[in-house]
Amino acid sequence: MNFRRVWTIATKEYTQLLRDRRTLLSTMLLPLVQVVLYGYLSNDIKHEPTIVWDLSRTAESRRFTQALSNTQYFDVRYSASSMGDVVAHIDAGKTLAGIVIPPDYASLLHQGKSPQVMVAVDASDATAARTALSVAQSVGTSLSHGMQIKALRLAGLPVSQQGVDVRARAWYNPGLRQEVFIVPGVLALILQFTMTFLSMSTIVRERELGTLEQLIVSPIQSGELILGKIIPLMTVGFINVTMILLLAVFWFGVPVTGSVLLLYFAVFVFFFTTLGLGTFVSTIAKTYIQAIQLIQFFLLPSMLLSGFIFPVAAMPKVLQWFSYLVPLTYFLTIVRGIIIKGVGLDYLWPQLLLLMLFGFAVFTTAALRFQKRIA
Amino acid sequence: MIGSNTTVSVRSLTRRFGAFVAVDDISFEIHAGEIWGFLGPNGSGKSTTIRMLCGVLQPTSGTACVLGYDVAKDPEAVKLRIGYMSQGATLWDDLTVDEHLRFYAGLFDMHGARAGKSIAEWTERVGLEERRNQLAGLLPGGYRKRLALACTLLHEPQMLFLDEPTSGVDPISRREFWDIIVGLAESGTTIMVTTHYLDEAEHCSNLALMYAGKLIAQGSPQALKALPQAGVTLEIDSPVNPAILSALDGLPFVRSASLYGSALHVTVDRAQDAERLRAALASKGYDAGSLPVIVPALEDVFAAIVEAA
Repeated sequence: MNFRRVWTIATKEYTQLLRDRRTLLSTMLLPLVQVVLYGYLSNDIKHEPTIVWDLSRTAESRRFTQALSNTQYFDVRYSASSMGDVVAHIDAGKTLAGIVIPPDYASLLHQGKSPQVMVAVDASDATAARTALSVAQSVGTSLSHGMQIKALRLAGLPVSQQGVDVRARAWYNPGLRQEVFIVPGVLALILQFTMTFLSMSTIVRERELGTLEQLIVSPIQSGELILGKIIPLMTVGFINVTMILLLAVFWFGVPVTGSVLLLYFAVFVFFFTTLGLGTFVSTIAKTYIQAIQLIQFFLLPSMLLSGFIFPVAAMPKVLQWFSYLVPLTYFLTIVRGIIIKGVGLDYLWPQLLLLMLFGFAVFTTAALRFQKRIA
Repeated sequence: MIGSNTTVSVRSLTRRFGAFVAVDDISFEIHAGEIWGFLGPNGSGKSTTIRMLCGVLQPTSGTACVLGYDVAKDPEAVKLRIGYMSQGATLWDDLTVDEHLRFYAGLFDMHGARAGKSIAEWTERVGLEERRNQLAGLLPGGYRKRLALACTLLHEPQMLFLDEPTSGVDPISRREFWDIIVGLAESGTTIMVTTHYLDEAEHCSNLALMYAGKLIAQGSPQALKALPQAGVTLEIDSPVNPAILSALDGLPFVRSASLYGSALHVTVDRAQDAERLRAALASKGYDAGSLPVIVPALEDVFAAIVEAA
């Protein structure tokens, strides 16, 4: 390994990277755009437009509606005058939920009976619907609870304060803010995408140009060539990570609670997997278009299986095994662990170790295949 | 036994790709300072041969020594001492002339003053001083080839492989390019060049013709023209009625006939066939004239050799 030759290649790559303004701009800006988009588009179920058909029109029914509004999940914007109205609003997508309070709501309550309130939810988006339903359910339960205590007091009976007191605490993310969860995930995802893509295209393009052939006839070794090509890409990766972190901290207010140094080290380890994957694909694909199609075959499943969108623990057992074969899974755990939970090596070493093993395996395979392909 | 001035020595070199035999048991020698022309149709195995000689592709069998190093056993030693310019002069469009030269200097471990001196020298020799800071993508075709050549010459290789160095280049640039090549050979560099331009082949001291993986002829241009397979070319120099061409069809001793301006070149098997040709034409009412024997163009020679092969 001749490091001056590695540097010769790296210098050329840096020059080309800086000269190709369009690619440079998209490599730098695209991650930022994606973080901003994901950060804002994360589906927080709050202030969902709601329509109420109140047939009771009493102080009691208004109290129920008020209780729903107070949760901040329901935003009662429309008042219906028929069932048709409710259906039409939900059909049109104007509201997520429709609430129907029966005419005998107040009178049944006074008789000590349970009136039935209908909560209809547009469940096209299952997550949003599930949240809305459970919030509505808990509003009903707590209202009933309050009424029972009141009734007992009125009857002069002692009210016991016994019962299970659930004190909910949302650790690591007390505000239950979606962006705290999403932004670190986006960092991992973008890094995988950009690095794989760049390493793949830098080699495939040389092959398409015919310059790879010219390099092979020079005394350069394939190891020197690969190293010289990936050092500039690592620089791009570190710049991307830094920009995303700055955006996370200063724009979204998502602080890095753990060690920044450890985070960068994990990023470095992850480079070998992503750059190795890109190099590997470049040895299979003959053209740029073919390479792009091939890479989708790796990137899409790894995104879905990694736990970026769906928690791994919630997956069917078989898919969980597959998710353990995806390096992104470990990297995500590490990134979220460091940024959100602030944990260090004492907890994350198994993931980091596995990531190293993956990196070593993928990168070595790619380098060997590359060497064989050009020889 | 390799002579002291033998630069390339190839013995029974063969390369198979699966069942396909790209290079089929070829042998030849190239001497120091020679311009060795490698001719043949596309896909005949020239580039595969060159790739083996450059140490990039392992031979299936046979041996090849370049500058005394076995290309199969010691490819790195070969790579350090040769220059290779691939088909189409591959450059990076987004790098300048100077950046290309610095890059190639670095690849061959030339740094600092040594690199600077060599770069300055070659920029001048190929006439690129004015364009040092121009992007390669903006260079006209002829200058692209010169830059590619300069890149392969920086480390002063003793052996140079040029794969179709002048394809797609205008005639003036081609001539200038060949002036450089001839100059290099005169200063002792051995050159192996492939080309489809047969006027360029006349510059070569030796030629080899490859066809379907085999070397079917080799020798100096003069020797090739005198080969028996080349036949004898006669000229009918009178305003020719194109109908003569059809009259020649079916004459067993006529190999080929083609129009050159107002004249007709007819290739026959032997010099004695001239009289038979005259008689055959006279019987059809045509006057063949004096039927002088002419030195055939290489093009006709190769057409004849390939046909005979």
